Amino acid sequence: MAVGVRQVSRWCCLLKTARAAEFNRRLRSRSITAQACLALRPSRNNTLLWRLQAYRHVFVGSCSPPDSAKDGSFSSPESNLPSPVEKEQAKAKPLPDLNAGIPYEDWDDVPPSSALEEISEEEAVQIIAEPLLPLQSSTLQDYVDHSETLAKLVHLGVDLSQVEKRQKAGQLLLTLDFEKDIKKILLFLKDVGVEDNQLGTFLTKNPYILAEDLEALETRVAYLKSKKFGKAEIAQMVSRAPYLLLFSVERLDNRLGFFKNELGFSVKKTKNLVIRLPRLLTGKLEPVKENLQVCQLELGFQRNEIQEIVFKTPKILTASRNKLKQTFDYLHNIMGIPHHMLTRFPQVFNSRLLRIKERHMFLTFLGRAQYDPAQPSYISLDQLVSLPDEVFCTEIAKASIQDFEKFLKTL
Amino acid sequence: MAVPAGLFAVYKPAGVAWTRVRAALETRLLSELNAGPGRPLPQRVRFLPAPGRDGTTELVPTMVPVLAQHPLVRGPRFRRLKMGAGHRLDVKASGVFVLGIGEGNKLLTDLYNCHLSRAYTVGGLFGKATDDFSDTGKLVEKTTFDHITREKLERILAVIQGANHKALLMYSNIDMKTQEAYELAVKGLIRPMGKSPPIITAVRCLQFAPPEFQLEIHCLHETQQYLRKMVHEIGLELKSSAVCTQVRRTRDGVFTLDDALLRSQWNLQNICNAIWSCQFKVQAEIERTLGHEDGSDLPQLDVGTAGAADS
Repeated sequence: MAVGVRQVSRWCCLLKTARAAEFNRRLRSRSITAQACLALRPSRNNTLLWRLQAYRHVFVGSCSPPDSAKDGSFSSPESNLPSPVEKEQAKAKPLPDLNAGIPYEDWDDVPPSSALEEISEEEAVQIIAEPLLPLQSSTLQDYVDHSETLAKLVHLGVDLSQVEKRQKAGQLLLTLDFEKDIKKILLFLKDVGVEDNQLGTFLTKNPYILAEDLEALETRVAYLKSKKFGKAEIAQMVSRAPYLLLFSVERLDNRLGFFKNELGFSVKKTKNLVIRLPRLLTGKLEPVKENLQVCQLELGFQRNEIQEIVFKTPKILTASRNKLKQTFDYLHNIMGIPHHMLTRFPQVFNSRLLRIKERHMFLTFLGRAQYDPAQPSYISLDQLVSLPDEVFCTEIAKASIQDFEKFLKTL
Repeated sequence: MAVPAGLFAVYKPAGVAWTRVRAALETRLLSELNAGPGRPLPQRVRFLPAPGRDGTTELVPTMVPVLAQHPLVRGPRFRRLKMGAGHRLDVKASGVFVLGIGEGNKLLTDLYNCHLSRAYTVGGLFGKATDDFSDTGKLVEKTTFDHITREKLERILAVIQGANHKALLMYSNIDMKTQEAYELAVKGLIRPMGKSPPIITAVRCLQFAPPEFQLEIHCLHETQQYLRKMVHEIGLELKSSAVCTQVRRTRDGVFTLDDALLRSQWNLQNICNAIWSCQFKVQAEIERTLGHEDGSDLPQLDVGTAGAADS
């Protein structure tokens, strides 16, 4: 608030040196903008604080304010906030009154420099008259040109347009200082083993780590180390699941225990599973439980079969239940593939149902749909789903890609 | 890369809603458009402090890029595309599905006003009846079909075609005893130019192997459910019952199966090519039909509506 007022007074100083003929018109327009800006009161204190900080960035080194109001007004910004009554008055005041030269009378806390005061040429040069930053905004776009921190984050590769959509993340970035708060976290992440070019995407996914306490993060890494995870493994887990380090040690321990008990794995197997798909640890556990239930009750797999499937393709635990059921229904009931074959090639559950359908129908049309390994011209499920279209046509279906496309247009 | 504008056709697989098809195309196009090279950042003049002579700081004008316009700050350049759909296909139906991008959406309206016919391949199965006339619905009754022969089926089809031809003449609002009607009939252009109930312009049996059969149907103002109902009624007329196993659109107006892009071909380059190769066909058709309504003379072009494409 005080800064804004002082800025207005500076503009007025500038006006002094301007031509007399333009004086009146300019004053009017300036004071209208001033009035408009002041009407925008910050609703939250931290917005205001940040704004002051941002201005300090602008001021430091670029200009020395002629008055000593800086320390006073910065140290107690709230005290300078006008009371709500004054606010009402300021809002209610009709704009035409500005012609009468009122603007100054309301603002008794204006520093001594008056509009009519003579300033020297050097002082005039040092005054920066930039438009005020918006006190509230829905995007970080308004602030990025005025904040060193945000600019550095952009150069690091953080997608601010994504971050600002997250709850409170934009606010968080504005309150941080690059040198003071962010640098140490970045150095810590580099120590953990996150690659340099991964840092941007990491922070885009998890900006909240910047607000985390460094010691807590170190304890969590120490916990992972105590569980005999290697350094490279920790690095891989952290960069694949950015939220891993926000989980407290107890929660991590609980979750590791959950996977060990629920799946009946040994410690080594659990660790292997978590290293390959670390987002299991950071995601919700409820869908994992449900998927296991679906596999056991609805798809009718045995417990040891489920263990094998999960160990081969951990992704199945986070897949959508409906997709699992539909894929299984097609594979088992229409293509007639028994459970033990599905256990051998669980990767079919990861591929699209439409892809399986198209290829199976093409093979049936050609009379090659033979998925039993005991009989000749056997086609493995893995080959069915994992090969790209061209290779599938030439190697498996022994047909040209044009024929395949023509066939697809008859479905 | 510029945003394409125009009409193109895709092949909609059965079992997927048309909105999903459109959304998938939109995401693919957007990701490709945004991956392209962006504009260079605009520059602006700022007075930055720099150490000057005799130890003082002075302001030096420098050009700095405006970070607020950086793609990482502003977000992706293209966020959504205006994509409109031509005549819809329901979830169980498959086939040629026309889509428009950007300015092409205006052509969709023109194309609708042309009231062009569409061709379908409809598969049927004798001996069953379900509540929604498709083979996946709830079974209502089972019947015998041994008595059905190809001749009997074709007789019914001829009856259907005759009845619909009468309706076609009635809804086309043209006095049959005029020179104008004769000229239009010679060019094969008689069809309703306003709203009308579904009309079948041509129907024939492609394949007859009881209990399965396959029909080719050319029609106007239809829905896919209407065609399924038609299969059901054919079954009843033959003193049996039938369900529809497949509804596949082989032609939508001027767009044929060859123009339709398969799911693996849905990318920016292919869509641009498809728009380019189809735009003359579309223009000519709109010119011919709507130009005729304005009273201008007809260009000498033959119309191959029936049996244009049955690949």
